[in-house]
Amino acid sequence: MYTVNLAIIIPFLAAMIVPIIYKRIKGIHVGWFVFLVSTALFLYLVSYIPNIASGETYLYTFEWIPSYNINFITYLDGLSLIFALLITGIGSLVTIYSIYYLSSEENLSHFYTYLLLFMGAMLGVVFSDNIMVLYVFWELTSISSFLLIAFWYHRKSSRDGAQKSLLITISGGFGMLVGFIMLYVMTGTMSIREMITTISGFHDHPLFIPAMLLILLGAFTKSAQYPFHIWLPTAMEAPTPVSAYLHSATMVKAGIYLVARFTPVFGGELTWFWVVTIVGIITLFWGSFNAIRQTDLKALLAYSTISQLGMIMSMIGISSVALRHGHSMNMVIYTQAAFAAIFHLINHSTFKGALFMVVGIVDHELGTRDIRRLGGLATLMPITFTISIIGSFSMAGLPPFNGFLSKEMFFTSILSVRELHFTSEVWMGLIPVVAWVASILTFVYCMIFVFKTFLGKYQEEKLEHPAHEAPFGMLFSPIVLGLFVILIFFFPNVLGNYVIKPAMYSIFPQLGAEDLGQHVSAWHGFNLELKMTIGVIVFGAFLFIFLRHWKGLYNWILPEKLSFNALYGNSLELIEKVSKIITNSYMTGHLRDYMVYIYIFFIIAVGGTLLNTKAFLFDIEQYSTVTEFEWLITIAMIIAAISMLLVKSRLTAILLNSVLGYGVSIFFVIFRAPDLALTQTVIETVTTVLFLAAYYFLPEWKKEDSKKRSKIVNGIVSVAVGVIFTTIALAVQNGKLFESISSFYENAYELAGANNIVNAILGDFRAFDTMLEVVVLLIAGLGVYTFIKLKARKGDNPLEDK
Amino acid sequence: METLTTILTGVLVSVATYLILSRSVLRVILGTAVLSHAAHLLIMSMGRGLKSGEVPILTDEALSYVDPLPQALILTSIVISFAVTAILLVLAYRTYRETGTDNLFEWRGIKDE
Repeated sequence: MYTVNLAIIIPFLAAMIVPIIYKRIKGIHVGWFVFLVSTALFLYLVSYIPNIASGETYLYTFEWIPSYNINFITYLDGLSLIFALLITGIGSLVTIYSIYYLSSEENLSHFYTYLLLFMGAMLGVVFSDNIMVLYVFWELTSISSFLLIAFWYHRKSSRDGAQKSLLITISGGFGMLVGFIMLYVMTGTMSIREMITTISGFHDHPLFIPAMLLILLGAFTKSAQYPFHIWLPTAMEAPTPVSAYLHSATMVKAGIYLVARFTPVFGGELTWFWVVTIVGIITLFWGSFNAIRQTDLKALLAYSTISQLGMIMSMIGISSVALRHGHSMNMVIYTQAAFAAIFHLINHSTFKGALFMVVGIVDHELGTRDIRRLGGLATLMPITFTISIIGSFSMAGLPPFNGFLSKEMFFTSILSVRELHFTSEVWMGLIPVVAWVASILTFVYCMIFVFKTFLGKYQEEKLEHPAHEAPFGMLFSPIVLGLFVILIFFFPNVLGNYVIKPAMYSIFPQLGAEDLGQHVSAWHGFNLELKMTIGVIVFGAFLFIFLRHWKGLYNWILPEKLSFNALYGNSLELIEKVSKIITNSYMTGHLRDYMVYIYIFFIIAVGGTLLNTKAFLFDIEQYSTVTEFEWLITIAMIIAAISMLLVKSRLTAILLNSVLGYGVSIFFVIFRAPDLALTQTVIETVTTVLFLAAYYFLPEWKKEDSKKRSKIVNGIVSVAVGVIFTTIALAVQNGKLFESISSFYENAYELAGANNIVNAILGDFRAFDTMLEVVVLLIAGLGVYTFIKLKARKGDNPLEDK
Repeated sequence: METLTTILTGVLVSVATYLILSRSVLRVILGTAVLSHAAHLLIMSMGRGLKSGEVPILTDEALSYVDPLPQALILTSIVISFAVTAILLVLAYRTYRETGTDNLFEWRGIKDE
């Protein structure tokens, strides 16, 4: 029974069936089938809640590549259950919404196939216990997200957005893979559970910090943390259901999941605390700061998602302090940060999903989502207006919505940072201030979202369609999510006790149950957190009212050309340009240049080795004597060779080449090689004839008109090659390490019945060589014949016919 | 003797390299031919010792023979390099017919349709 493994496989199987259903069954919208699949999965996973809440976990193993320790192991515990419920639950809501959102002219089978692929991959990410399998599903989410962003692939902006998100998330994914491999090298296991039990022994391992940083790189790129956040706003080119599902509720939280999952592995280290917390805080601030200047509603929501993800990330970072010091009363306050993080993660999925759907409705009904063209829709679209009030007030952190609770808990945890004493006080005091300012900015953009869209003047002339309320099918999902926003506010402890508490066990396996639970109450006394919220409302309202007086500051502080987006675009262009320049500079298309590269490599590599190993020792004494005749031939050949370079006519050059060839055959005679001498003489003759025949057809030998500089280079290269070649040959001759095996062949008569040893070798001992050499000759003959006989294609006039 | 032959091969390699780096296709092919001469001579001189015995044909008188193995290797090599040279020559001839030039630098940029 591999039930949880099956839950991962089912979406993939369904993705295979979708095109068939789409083609065969025309009457029913294919989305309903997808809805059935995701709802069934959701209900199945809901059935686990009671058991998980009582502390059980489920482990299923399916062997995949056991010899490499890579097995498809699923681990169902509190943390993965939360994510799986979000994935399947919001998945089914998004499916209903998309059924009404996408027109039937769209390629629906593609859309739902990608969506199911994504759902399966995401379930795989949260359930996998084996890091390699986790990585596989991780990349599958990147790929399916890429496909979904570019769903309208005929638009350039969609393709650009898809490319950007793929480049950024895949680079992070590769970093993460390297981190995983380092973890495996350190701990010797690929199971996250086993790592958690053994990791305490590896804190001083040299790979510990690099592995941590690389895995964080993967998590930060996926979760759109600063400065990798730039892909998320451009990913808004995707259809709105995709934005709602992937880019607010699920995929961007994969990085959060990863950080939470690896908190027990790395959390004890101070670096982890600093990196995660600081990056989270910066992202929180940067996202809310940039959200205000957006004029596109989806871009505003994208930046707000970035900001909220940063907030969740920083809370997980703060909670890791609890692991550093182990169990004590003071530490409970830090574990509560993780509770707040998961609580806000769920809240964010509900209200952000609803808000995206609202934007989709506005876009769908009015044909625009530009804030400057919208206004006065409150009375025309009352339900949409209500949902967006619920969503954005929750996002701003106002009661009676769930965002209020998590915002208060966020303030509690961020204030607890002040009690830490790692470095100077001033530093630590800054963190709550930045977080508070970011909350004010959050309040401002939430108000922009509601009031600029739904209040003010109704501008019908700027809209494509007159405003009216959306059909119920589109409103259904945002209404459900909006209800959740309110329900969670009134009954937070149901969620806390049944769902979040078991997830806390997963993050803090070493700590006891008494440290982990938390009672959430809407009224928690008139404390500093509440005062901060009141401050947020007061300052936020003030900033919102005077928005148009200070909005111009944005272009002054941060012009568009200084943004990270521009940096990304420019560096991409620059990389392309520079690589083109580099490639064009050495890929000249001239054979001579490539030969020079090859020879220079030979000179550097072989000559360098020779110099390094000092292998150029040789001893002339032991060799046989040289007669005067041999001197004569050698000198004649050297002269012939060198004059080949100098002669004016190609006929002379060809003849000099045959002088060399016949010289070689004379040497063969002297060296007692009659067969060689014979062959060499015959072949040299035939070759010379061939050269002369080719010469007859080729044009006159023109003077080499290359530049003097390249001639000098050629000369230096040739001399260097010759010298290195000679040195190696001499050194090799000197170092004869063992006797030749040639004496064996002197048994030619006994073994092969031959007197001529060379011919016995060719025809008997090593006849394979001869056979293939014959094949070479045959192929060459065929080649020669073809080159001469075969004309170019029909209708193509050979040159001489013109 | 071995040293002398080796130096000769070194000179041949230098010459061949220079020829291969030139622009005319005939020179390049000549360069490859010279290079194969050098290779053959080198294999010969790398054997058990030049002139250190009789011709490797079994007779009753001979006490020792020169190394037969390099001779067999060279014999194979001669034939192969001849085949390659023939192909190269015909290829150059054909290319000249199609393009009207034997200059390697001008061959660059000629579109193959």
